[in-house]
Amino acid sequence: MTPLLAVKSIAKSYGGRIGCSDVSFDLYPGEVMGVVGESGSGKSTLLNCLAGHLAPDGGEVLFDTRADGPRDTLQMSEPERRMLSRTDWAFVHQNPRDGLRMNISAGGNVGERLMAVGARHYDGIRNKAEDWLGRVEIEVDRMDDRPSAFSGGMQQRLQIARNLVTGPRLVFMDEPTGGLDVSVQARLLDLLRGLVRDLGLSAIIVTHDLAVVRLLADRLMVMKSGRVVESGLTDQVLDDPQHAHTQLLVSSVLHV
Amino acid sequence: MSNYNFAYLDEQTKRMIRRAILKGIAIPGYQVPFASREMPMPYGWGTGGVQVTAACLTPQDTLKVIDQGADDTTNAVSIRKFFEKTAQVATTAHTNAATIIQTRHRIPEAPLTEAQILVYQVPIPEPLRFLEPRETETRKMHALEDYGLMHVKLYEDIARHGHIATAYAYPVKVEDRYMMDPSPIPKFDNPKLESAAIQLFGAGREQRIYAIPPYTKVVSLDFEDYPFEASKADHACDLCGADHTYLDEVIVDDAGGRMFVCSDTDFCAARQADGHRGRLSPTEDAA
Repeated sequence: MTPLLAVKSIAKSYGGRIGCSDVSFDLYPGEVMGVVGESGSGKSTLLNCLAGHLAPDGGEVLFDTRADGPRDTLQMSEPERRMLSRTDWAFVHQNPRDGLRMNISAGGNVGERLMAVGARHYDGIRNKAEDWLGRVEIEVDRMDDRPSAFSGGMQQRLQIARNLVTGPRLVFMDEPTGGLDVSVQARLLDLLRGLVRDLGLSAIIVTHDLAVVRLLADRLMVMKSGRVVESGLTDQVLDDPQHAHTQLLVSSVLHV
Repeated sequence: MSNYNFAYLDEQTKRMIRRAILKGIAIPGYQVPFASREMPMPYGWGTGGVQVTAACLTPQDTLKVIDQGADDTTNAVSIRKFFEKTAQVATTAHTNAATIIQTRHRIPEAPLTEAQILVYQVPIPEPLRFLEPRETETRKMHALEDYGLMHVKLYEDIARHGHIATAYAYPVKVEDRYMMDPSPIPKFDNPKLESAAIQLFGAGREQRIYAIPPYTKVVSLDFEDYPFEASKADHACDLCGADHTYLDEVIVDDAGGRMFVCSDTDFCAARQADGHRGRLSPTEDAA
């Protein structure tokens, strides 16, 4: 089986400081990979390198494209990469304001990706947007409201709908539950888990919240100072941490 | 006797502007940056259009200047006087007699010919500006032909108003390549962008020149189920009776009285001279 995404020794440094270094892994279709670590451990740098937002200093990111099989996305031309990032890829930002257009209605936000890939039938776009708003539990009568009128949780769900509307195969998520209160977080996680399972999505989830990866991720990578210190099945890593840093992370979780 | 260089600008500046114009014509719809000069009028009064006109004028030209279709409004009168004084060219109000027409917000009703140049005054040349404020990003979008966002604007119109409510500065795609703002002309004029004349667009404050060469394909954006419509007020001109021209609405009293007149004053006057009459035309014996 070809991995959907094969990452080979990705490295990125900011001047003399290491962003991330020598990260390699394979992600298979339908698999969810969690990346955890404390602040500054390089998880967001890694995610941005993979998603094409940052140019890494070295390494390869091979994505299994629909047309030509595995291709190095770092060697692709800008138009190709943009096309990929609005069809087969999705990126969920931690702050929904980064991923949404705040002065455009919810329906327009969901429809943008469709229009960007050439949809020109208004009713078709609207029906699809309606369908997706329903799937992320946003009432249809809020469709023409702007995201600025939405609560934080709704904004995050809208961002997810906007990303998934073109049927991507790979979703990058950067702290998708960050900044939300716990009950809203739980609902969002529930929704995400449902969507990932129903649609057979592959995902890379960056978070510092171990509960999130416990719920969503099949496999886990633990990062520290830009390097991967431990990886394996999620339950295995969390229940039987081997590396000192992982043990520290796991033991730092507060139990109510 | 005038102490101005011909058409106000110095020769080097005119050469620089001509180079930008030629590049614009070579790449239809592409916004060419140019070193816009300070002109003796405020930004927003047509500094871009005036510079383009100055670069195109020759002593043999006949100039017409219109503002919202009219030859006798402040903006048109002062620009016409400006060139009468600095270039001493002949001026006219007749569309057919002009070789260069500078316009603000209208395209003349009479079809233009290959011997004519139409110069537009443009306030904001970037059609994507209100959707994407970053210039670096809009340039990239033009380079990559990444224009999905423009349809989002039209989508928002339909979602909010039930139809495409954008009535002026209606975005067009030129020669299947560049997205272009046709300046704030009413969308009624959009079909006239496919013309025999050379059309030049000058934005002074934003320092951009772009062009549509003669007979270039210009398509107004739309949705399959909400096609583009060149709309106008649903009336006939009250002075000349024309029902196919763009109309201005004029309030005539404080009791709800109103009249509709052609915004193109020259076209309307020519029709009246030909004996066409509208609803509110003065009776023959009164005149």
